[in-house]
Amino acid sequence: MKILVCITHVPDTTSKIAFMNSDTELNKAGLTFVIGPYDDYALARAVEIKEAQGGTVTALNVGLAETEPTLRKALAIGADDAIRIDADPTDAYFVATQIADIARKNGYDAIFMGRESSDYNGGQVHGMVGEMLGMPSFSPVMKVEIEGTKVTLAREIEGGKEYIEASFPLVLGCQEPIAEWKIPNMRGIMSARTKPLQVIAPVSQENLTSGGHYELPPARSGCKFIDASEAEKLIDLLKNEAKVL
Amino acid sequence: MRFKRKYPFMTTVDIQKSTKQDLYEQPDFYSLDDLLTEEHKLIRASMRDFVKREISPIIEDCAQKCHFPREIVRKFGEMGAFGPTVPAPYNPNGGLDYISYGIMMQEIERGDSGMRSTASVQGSLVMFPIYAFGSEEQRLKYLPKLASGEFLGCFGLTEPNFGSNPAGMVTNIKDMGDHYLLNGAKMWISNSPYADVAVVWAKDDNGRIRGVIVEKGMEGFSAPEIHQKWSLRASITGELVFQDVKIPKENILPNIDGLKGPLKCLDNARYGIAWGALGAAMDCYDTARRYSMERIQFDKPIGGFQLTQKKLSEMLTAITQAQLLVWRLGVLKNAGKATTAQISMAKRNSVEIALNIAREARQILGGMGITGEYPVMRHMMNLESVLTYEGTHDIHLLILGAEITGIPAFK
Ligand SMILES: Cc1cc2nc3c(=O)[nH]c(=O)nc-3n(C[C@H](O)[C@H](O)[C@H](O)COP(=O)(O)OP(=O)(O)OC[C@H]3O[C@@H](n4cnc5c(N)ncnc54)[C@H](O)[C@@H]3O)c2cc1C
Ligand SMILES: Cc1cc2nc3c(=O)[nH]c(=O)nc-3n(C[C@H](O)[C@H](O)[C@H](O)COP(=O)(O)OP(=O)(O)OC[C@H]3O[C@@H](n4cnc5c(N)ncnc54)[C@H](O)[C@@H]3O)c2cc1C
Repeated sequence: MKILVCITHVPDTTSKIAFMNSDTELNKAGLTFVIGPYDDYALARAVEIKEAQGGTVTALNVGLAETEPTLRKALAIGADDAIRIDADPTDAYFVATQIADIARKNGYDAIFMGRESSDYNGGQVHGMVGEMLGMPSFSPVMKVEIEGTKVTLAREIEGGKEYIEASFPLVLGCQEPIAEWKIPNMRGIMSARTKPLQVIAPVSQENLTSGGHYELPPARSGCKFIDASEAEKLIDLLKNEAKVL
Repeated sequence: MRFKRKYPFMTTVDIQKSTKQDLYEQPDFYSLDDLLTEEHKLIRASMRDFVKREISPIIEDCAQKCHFPREIVRKFGEMGAFGPTVPAPYNPNGGLDYISYGIMMQEIERGDSGMRSTASVQGSLVMFPIYAFGSEEQRLKYLPKLASGEFLGCFGLTEPNFGSNPAGMVTNIKDMGDHYLLNGAKMWISNSPYADVAVVWAKDDNGRIRGVIVEKGMEGFSAPEIHQKWSLRASITGELVFQDVKIPKENILPNIDGLKGPLKCLDNARYGIAWGALGAAMDCYDTARRYSMERIQFDKPIGGFQLTQKKLSEMLTAITQAQLLVWRLGVLKNAGKATTAQISMAKRNSVEIALNIAREARQILGGMGITGEYPVMRHMMNLESVLTYEGTHDIHLLILGAEITGIPAFK
């Protein structure tokens, strides 16, 4: 079983976000970057499947050299090798084209992704890659079990869960609780030193979108505490200040 | 003694998992991260995730209930937190440098000094002497199990009547031809009630200090728990009592004798404490900083008052100085050049700033500061042990004083 796991390199979820160049660009100074949280679940499940059934896991990122520590972490968690497509990813179609190109060349049984990136939250790349490769794609997938050639999936849908049977090859956009995300141990970190990390030039593809500018959401106001004995005051505030009643 | 209970194993304690999120962020005011490799940073991030997942949710309740979460031993083992500088095949998770070791101790002590004590004792005081002074058979017999956490170890140097002056110890081994007989008692021994293996220092017939590996279950050996501690409450501490314990000759560490054996172990453990205590300091600072931005008095955040800003500024200055000191010590240690006196300075400095910061942070938290809602008071109480063990605060002054003047003032 050959699994490709596509990981993003995103600011830690607790980061304070600031913009520069007239709010057209993220200011990366002082930010800590991590594997996208959904990608972390996808990677954890892929590694579990490999450990149970054998095979290989390849971690892939479309990004500049700064993303290599993130790929190294994926290797420490249990990927066997890593590929970095050397390009600045600013467009979902561009990214999907790069992933599809590698997948065509290397032939994977399954491509695991996160349900969405946690920086731009597009939720598009898995669908595009599925389309480009002529493979079914599913998202958001909360459970994946493999029995021979049969793949059973549980997908979150409005108000419930959908159970699906599928077969290889396929593309999955994963989310919790598909697996518990993994913390690399020291042995994993040391073994990652010598695992291969290949850098590949992108195939040419124009960006189909271009960014405008960014705006931060309005600052959240603090909590107001109202004593239980003053219920009228709460109703008054909900009516006249919050205007929700 | 009245405060001893014989069977710590029989106590069952129900530990509540806290739902409070651990928001810790490490201050790095001088961009000292640039001095670390990507691998160091990955080790740090991984240990921090581990502490946030495995330690933070339970530690407050463990400390409140004076409970050692024994399952942490296996988890530390899986993570590779035990003896990371001991290489394979003795430690399959090992082979890292001393900065990595320091970073790990820092992250664990950021969570709790008691948890760090468990890891330092296992790594620096049990695995290190077996690796450095043990026979090949001893290394292969004990180290993999200690590394994985299948075994818990302890280190017996201090005695009821010999703390700062270990050379006076009375615990002894007598040569009986095909074996030794071990007699004596050790006091204040971290991990001892649950330990599977104890590295014990005892005098032989010639009055030379030797290292002895004592195993749980040997006849005449017991390890009663010491109760009613106000410090390191989530770590277990006990005695080691030896009454004519028959020690096979192959359990003596062959490649060391004299006080330098235990002192070399202490160098390694103190090095880890220099990093570790700074972790506790940073947790207190980070807690106080966050609280000072949220707590409103006189219509503004208390962080907006000059007196609070003075406290925070002084904390950050002390932390930044200590960060640089321990990093440099790590570089020296990696090169095999860190001296005992340099390690003493760093251990003493980190503990001192940590205690001062804990006290100031507690003030910033006001009444909240004395509760288990925040980690500060727990760190403060823990640090009182860290101040005393591995060479008391004053003994380190004597080590430095002897280095400066060439005149030992110990006695
Ligand atoms: C205006 C703009 C500027 C941007 N600037 C940058 C930038 O400077 N640096 C930067 O790193 N990103 C940047 N991005 C993000 C970049 O566009 C994304 O990688 C790509 O657009 C997919 O984002 P998405 O939110 O649509 O992904 P989604 O469709 O939400 O992602 C789903 C899954 O696809 C996979 N995936 C997505 N992106 C990648 C990738 N790059 N490599 C591997 N797998 C991936 C992951 O498994 C992910 O969980 C920018 C995006 C925009 C719109
Ligand atoms: C929680 C905890 C865990 C511990 N774990 C271990 C362990 O795992 N293994 C182990 O072997 N030990 C352990 N110890 C013991 C610890 O190392 C000793 O407590 C420490 O060395 C001090 O010894 P003491 O308590 O006998 O104090 P003493 O040596 O009696 O010192 C009392 C005071 O006298 C001062 N003093 C002593 N001599 C001088 C001098 N020459 N000049 C000036 N002042 C002096 C000291 O600085 C101190 O302030 C632990 C202790 C604690 C509290």
